[in-house]
Formats: sequence, structure tokens, C-alpha cells
Amino acid sequence: MTEILIIMMSVILTNNFVLSQFLGICPFLGVSKKLDSAVGMGAAVTFVMVLATAATWPIQKLILDPLNIGYLQTVVFILVIASLVQLVEMTLKKYMPPLYKSLGVFLPLITTNCAVLGVTLMNINDGYNYIESLFCAIGAGIGFLLAMVLFAGLREKLENCKGIPQCWQGIPITLVTAAILSMAFMAFSGVVDGIFG
Amino acid sequence: MNKLGIVTKGIIKENPVLVLLLGLCPTLATTTSAINGLGMGVSTMAVLICSNIVISLLKNIIPAKVRIPCYIVVIAGFVTVVQLMLKAYLPALDAALGLFIPLIVVNCIILGRAEMFASKNSVIDSALDGLGMGIGFTLALGIMGLIREFFGAGTAFDIPIYVDTAITPAGIFMLAPGGFFVFACLIAAVNYFSKGKAIKKKEIGCEGCMMAEMCGGSCDRKEADA
Repeated sequence: MTEILIIMMSVILTNNFVLSQFLGICPFLGVSKKLDSAVGMGAAVTFVMVLATAATWPIQKLILDPLNIGYLQTVVFILVIASLVQLVEMTLKKYMPPLYKSLGVFLPLITTNCAVLGVTLMNINDGYNYIESLFCAIGAGIGFLLAMVLFAGLREKLENCKGIPQCWQGIPITLVTAAILSMAFMAFSGVVDGIFG
Repeated sequence: MNKLGIVTKGIIKENPVLVLLLGLCPTLATTTSAINGLGMGVSTMAVLICSNIVISLLKNIIPAKVRIPCYIVVIAGFVTVVQLMLKAYLPALDAALGLFIPLIVVNCIILGRAEMFASKNSVIDSALDGLGMGIGFTLALGIMGLIREFFGAGTAFDIPIYVDTAITPAGIFMLAPGGFFVFACLIAAVNYFSKGKAIKKKEIGCEGCMMAEMCGGSCDRKEADA
């Protein structure tokens, strides 16, 4: 239990996927202008991360490792994720139209989100077992959601800022904001060790 | 378009990182030193050129409906080749880049060029386009790595510049906030020198996103509705 808590705390706070590992920067910068689309994107990413981990971990351990074809990992994982996203999209469209309306538009964008492929590869590389992997994926998703929500809040304030020099308007000032937010998250390093160590 | 133009447009006018703002994850994550940045750039360039060539060769065979999965398989194949080569011959670089080598698969630049250029142009043009975009990407990563290494560790290409002097390097440049900050400065510099013309749409737009056709800008519409 403590193991799982440590993994989750670490991916949510100290090793936050976006702010300290630079995974999923495109949606972080692209879809964080409004709070509710940020929440939608974050929720969709969390959902796909958990599903992708649930599917890829057994594939690695039961198919790739016994057959000694671990080098096919990248090819297999990205295909599994791409087809999984398609499948989820079709299922949601058919059976849960309200959920599709709120999350569906983000799904095609997630296939090539490096945070999703990143979490599945990380789980294998770090040697987590199935339960730990699933919780790591949930934690990574929550960390992504947290970063998105905080950043969307900051950006909404940033919209009203006056007096930004012209060459700093738009992406540059957004990146500086991200730098400050990521600095704030650095303060969490040591917290996990402090609690559980 | 002449052959030279295809190569040079990727380096300056349409630099994938500094102007089109594509492939930001590896740009921010792997530029802790100039050598890591250049290594990542060259690995990506190798994948980009090879996948552009193969996709251009296969452009009439791949059915339009399943083209994205086909492109992904081609790209993932070349990424695996690069990954195994690095493991065998440059283990130090492989360890430094880590997770970001397999993640070349989901680098928007590669899929973006496959979709926007290689699937419509001849093999030679596609190879040249891959070369130009690859050089542009490598240059951007190298410059950013050099800046971060210089301020963060006091070295340049691992050669000490002011390591044992009274000036202490600001280690934060090597960490995540430094990555965001240096990139912000670079984009601001591009804006300044091009008088804001280079990055016309100041946000990451649909032209940069290879999913644009599938999603039809619905992510943007979603934001407009909200």
C-alpha cells in the first residue's frame, strides 16, 4: 500500500509528467486556454493512460517477453494505443453520447500524445507490477490534470495582463508562466521522502 | 520549388521548433547539454529522412483511410532501428536521452511531415525535406542545449568555460524551469528579429497538428464554444 502511495505521490507532485518530465507539452500549451477544456483534456488523457497501461503491460509480459521480441515494444505499444483510442472513441460515440460530447473531441489528439506512450514505457522500464503500473498511470493522469487545471487558471489571468512587450506576447510569456509553475512544483521534491521515508 | 529551397526552408523560414512550434517535448526535455540536444536532433533527423523516403515510395499503395496507422508503423520501425543502434554504439547518449528515444515515434514533426509533405511529393523531394527539417530541428536543439549547458553547468560541449571561477553556474537552467525559460527567450528572440511575422498564429495551430484532418479543428471549436 505504501509503495503505491509513494508511486502516486511521486508522479503527481515531484515527478509531475508535464512540469518536470516534459511529457505532453503540446496539449499542455495548446488546450489550456480555457478551464473546462483543460479539465476535459486532462480527464481524457487520464482515462486513456489507464486503459493503455491495462492493455500494454500484459502484452509486454505475456507476449513480448516470453517470445524474446522485447525490441518490438515501441511498434506494438503505439499501435495498441492508437487502436485503443479509436475503439474508445467509437464506443463512447455509440453508447455514451453525452460523455463523447465532452471528451470525444480530445480523443484523436491523444494518440500521439507522448505522455500516454511515455507512461506505458515507463511502467515497463521501472519494473512495476500490474497493480503498481495501473496506479502509476492513474497518478500520471491526475498529475497531468492538476498541471492543466492550474495552468489554465493562470492563463485566464494572463489574458488580462497589460503591458507585455510585443515580442513576448503569446507563447513566450506562456512559457515563462510554465517555468514559474514548474519551479513551484520543484518545491515538492523531498516531500514524498519526508512523509514516507 | 527548387531542391535547395526545400532544404533551406526547414532550417530557417519553417524551422520546426522555433517557428512552427512542433516537437516541444524533446526540445525541452533533452536539451540539458549541447551534446544531448544534438544527439536527439540527429536521431530524429535519421528517422525523419528514412520515414519520409519510405512513405513517399508507398504513397500510392497506402489506402487513404488507414494512412495514419501505416505512417505510424513505418516511423516506429525506424525509431526501433535508431534505438538499437544507439544502444549498441552510443550507450552513454542512449542513457542520457532515455525514454525520449522511443518517444520519437510520437514527435509531431515526423508524422506532420509524412502527412503534409512526403505523402504528396516525390522521393527525392521528400528526402530533402526530411534533411532540411532535420537540420532545423538539430540546430534548434543544439542552440538551446548550448545555452542551458553554458548557464547551468558552465561548460560548452563538455569543455569547461568558467567552472572553477568566482562565478557559480545557475543549476536551475539544467532543470525543468530553465528549459521552459530558455525556450521562452528563444521564441521571444525569433519574434523580435522577425518583427512578429515568423510566428503568425501565436498559438499552436491546426496546421502544426497532424490530427487536424481527423479532428477537423474540433479542439479549437471546443474552446470557442466554451
